[in-house]
Amino acid sequence: MPSRLEVPSRLEVPFRLEPRGQHSRFWAWASPLVAIVATLVVSTIIFAALGKPAGAALYTFVISPVSSLNGWAELSVKAAPLVLIGVGLAIGFRASVWNIGAEGQFILGAIFGGGVALAAGDREGFWILPAMIVAGALGGMAWAAIPAFLKTRFNANEILTSLMLTYVAQLLLIYLVVGPWKDPEGYGFPQTRLFGDAATMPILVSGTRIHLGVLAAVVAVGLGWLLYAKTLLGFQLRVLGQAPRAAAYAGFSGPGLTWFALLLSGGMAGLAGVFEVGGPIGQLTPSISPGYGFTAIIVAFLGRLHPVGVLLGGLVLALSYLGGEKAQIDLGLPNAVTGIYQGILLFFLLAADLLIGYRIRFAGRRAVAQGGRA
Amino acid sequence: MNLDLVVSIALSVISAATPLLLAATGELLTEKSGVLNLGVEGMMLVGAVIGFGATLGSGSAILGILAAAIAGAALALIFGVLTLTLLANQVATGLALTIFGVGFSALIGARYVGQPLPPLPKLHLPGISDLPVLGPIVFGQDALVYFSFAALFGVSWFLYRSHAGLVLRAVGDSHDAAHAIGYKVTRIRYLAVAFGGAMCGIAGSYLSLAYTPMWAENMTAGRGWIALALVVFATWRPMRLLLGAYLFGGITILQLHIQGFGIAIPSQFVSMLPYLATIVVLVAISSNRTRVRLNTPACLGQPFHATT
Amino acid sequence: MQMKRRTFAQGLFGGLAAGAGLLAAPRLIGRAAAADPFKAAWIYVGPVGDFGWSYQHDQGRKAVEAALGDQVKTTYVESVPEGADAERVLRDLASAGNGIVFATSFGYWQPALKVAKQFPNVKFEHATGFKRADNLATYNIRFYEGRYIQGVIAGKMSKSGVVGYIGSVPIPEVIMGMNAFIQGMHTVNPAGKIKMVMINAWYDPGKESDAAKALIDQGADLVAQHTDSPAPLQTAHDRGVKGFGQASDMIKFAPDTQLTASVDHWDEYYVGRVKAAMDGSWKSQDVWGGLKSGMLHMAPYLNMPDDVKALAQKTEEDIKSGAIMPFMGPIKAQDGTVKVQQGQMLDDGAIAGMDWLAEGIEGQLPK
Repeated sequence: MPSRLEVPSRLEVPFRLEPRGQHSRFWAWASPLVAIVATLVVSTIIFAALGKPAGAALYTFVISPVSSLNGWAELSVKAAPLVLIGVGLAIGFRASVWNIGAEGQFILGAIFGGGVALAAGDREGFWILPAMIVAGALGGMAWAAIPAFLKTRFNANEILTSLMLTYVAQLLLIYLVVGPWKDPEGYGFPQTRLFGDAATMPILVSGTRIHLGVLAAVVAVGLGWLLYAKTLLGFQLRVLGQAPRAAAYAGFSGPGLTWFALLLSGGMAGLAGVFEVGGPIGQLTPSISPGYGFTAIIVAFLGRLHPVGVLLGGLVLALSYLGGEKAQIDLGLPNAVTGIYQGILLFFLLAADLLIGYRIRFAGRRAVAQGGRA
Repeated sequence: MNLDLVVSIALSVISAATPLLLAATGELLTEKSGVLNLGVEGMMLVGAVIGFGATLGSGSAILGILAAAIAGAALALIFGVLTLTLLANQVATGLALTIFGVGFSALIGARYVGQPLPPLPKLHLPGISDLPVLGPIVFGQDALVYFSFAALFGVSWFLYRSHAGLVLRAVGDSHDAAHAIGYKVTRIRYLAVAFGGAMCGIAGSYLSLAYTPMWAENMTAGRGWIALALVVFATWRPMRLLLGAYLFGGITILQLHIQGFGIAIPSQFVSMLPYLATIVVLVAISSNRTRVRLNTPACLGQPFHATT
Repeated sequence: MQMKRRTFAQGLFGGLAAGAGLLAAPRLIGRAAAADPFKAAWIYVGPVGDFGWSYQHDQGRKAVEAALGDQVKTTYVESVPEGADAERVLRDLASAGNGIVFATSFGYWQPALKVAKQFPNVKFEHATGFKRADNLATYNIRFYEGRYIQGVIAGKMSKSGVVGYIGSVPIPEVIMGMNAFIQGMHTVNPAGKIKMVMINAWYDPGKESDAAKALIDQGADLVAQHTDSPAPLQTAHDRGVKGFGQASDMIKFAPDTQLTASVDHWDEYYVGRVKAAMDGSWKSQDVWGGLKSGMLHMAPYLNMPDDVKALAQKTEEDIKSGAIMPFMGPIKAQDGTVKVQQGQMLDDGAIAGMDWLAEGIEGQLPK
């Protein structure tokens, strides 16, 4: 039937996609490489247009941030919150629960955990850190419980409620640090006291900033992988991810799944929040997150909603931030170029996933395909 | 409360609501076709900077707005190629588009920082615009305010009264069925995505030409996200966008007034009001599950590939 | 073309090789050849395109380049979040061979302190901070002096006696500015009042404009701002009232509206400090400069009658000479309690940590 093989419309490019029977293992790993090569090519052109030596620019973006051990340490510190949040979100997104308010849950985790740290003051005690971490997780869960409740009880869409609550969380944080929790000796600046030593995340590798949160992110990836690979719930989530409509057949209850996804992703975001303020920041200020909660959404999808993928996705994005700083320092490129570079990298990474599920047949070969079928 | 105050609050609310309404109207149409483009903020920023630059360069605000629409649509088409042709994930691609748009607008906007521009002229009908209350509110706005209403009513008419709109909704509700009937799913979605981008571009140009006539990096300050939330708020029904945009804009203005009256509540709590009110109203209007489900495009965010 | 391709290949392969080798060995830095220019770096909290706080600092950086030419090489990193990222950027800048690094936002104090300790040979400077070390100086501008002059002008120019004041977040910087403004205003109009709105955002031109509208609607016939964009001035122009610019001279945006503007002027300070770092005379210090030292400029006094202009100029001269001290008692707080006794003056510590609003200001601070 030749009509089936018509080129669909003029808007489309001269190739067609042919679904593979099953996902290609080879391309699952190779497609990011294709994307990176494509990014290198396009960014070479851009850097040349900006009058920068393209080779040096790429070196600066991609390699110089991790050209020392400390660079790797910084990469892991930057990636940790992204990965921690991303693993939780990935699981939630598989269940089609659209929590886009991880930023707010991160902030509440920081507030709850930070609250414990401030209450502990300069006290010593092995219990302080665990209490902070638990409080942080609870804070994130509590904030995520609001969209869960509004969704299950009132059918209110969680995209809107979780996003709006992020703004509320940010304002609450500002209120606390300019109001009741303000450091009395801080000249009135918007910040709390520095957390005591017992309330500071231990450094795991001396001489670096690798803190407990980095380990937590790795553990989260491991647990997430176990959940996917070894449990019934994980199996169901995988099924859901591939065919959301299957939820009904899999016997999943909507409300239960909504609660599970939101509490899990909220709790993880809260953990990331408490690790961040208890680790590299060491106090509460109005600007504890440069948008980790939003960036982690990209990380989750970049990682194809799989914990191990999230780890890689988090590292890639973290590297692009570090590279952007280096590009400003070493090359004098404005920060705007980093945004463009990141955007292009993400475009290619996302588009290259196509290769996993589809074969590309170019126009020239169409005749062959046609002939084959006829 | 005197009449003048009512009028001038109304005017403030209109200018706060207009960019939200413009962007949300475009995004609503895009989403109705089954495509979720989270790049609104990025498209608005690019529209803002291109609109500003084109107006400054050409001296014509109309050309500026047109250029902003084209720029928004062009950016949206990048998204279209990635998600519709290359079947990339829509949520992540939209977010990446925002990152790209923020950077791109900053790069080309560097030369416009600190440059003034006369604001978009407002309609003035001698006699009529001077009428009390109605005069300034109804007959004293700039062109984009009128356009925002025209676009909203136009989109509403298109979706529910025209054949093409019926097709677009069918594509959003079941792309496989629409494809089987013979509709060009991908082409229709491309057009919807481009329209959404153009509207976001115009919304951005409202910021840089009318609201605060200037260019500064990141000047949208999160309005793209609010516009996205408003589409959800409206449960994908165009007329509810009007309620959402004006509710949000109205309470934003109201909270500033409450602060100005020197009320004894910390300003941070007062500033929470627009967000909390949006949640509360959404809860109130979402309880009819069937109705919400009927309006939600069932294929939202799902890739489509014609297998036959 | 040939040339370019070779650079590309060299860069790429050289880079890969270096990348592999450098995993083991930390990069050697700071080749101290005599001809090398002195390196100075800045980090900004916002984009240089904000036309506000970061923009003004970057003007200062450009002044250094203009003044010292080939002798210096400047670098900046913009939009550095105040959280965990600042420490890394500061360390990278120090490792990259910069002799002096300026951290230009309050939230950088802790990273600056940490990194200064790690790089004793690099000079650090932290704007608006109060923690110092042997190689970490602090510097700031007495913005409140400009506010006092604005207040005096407002006392003369406001018919309603109500000034609308837009702030971001109630930090001491904002509070001392408002308190100085009302002190200045009360010297002319003892019944003068400030209505304030905090937009609770660091940056949002639209909301700044909305806040200006709300304040004008509530009877303010002058607009003052402690936010960075020219939006409130544009709004003032639309509504036919006057206003004051902030951070930079915004007269271009409101030629018939801006009365004056407090202009942050970091140029000479930066040039001086970079020179000092170059010739070895740099010392850790705390500079809080104002009109007298030239760190604060007042934009030309325009759009006002000659007598008001004369009064404003006299006030400026008196502040420079020390004849006027903006925080000279008596000063009462909102609730009427005396904060500064007659004949006494607030010391710098009390000014820097100000957390109370003076009489004449409406609105409350979070407790």
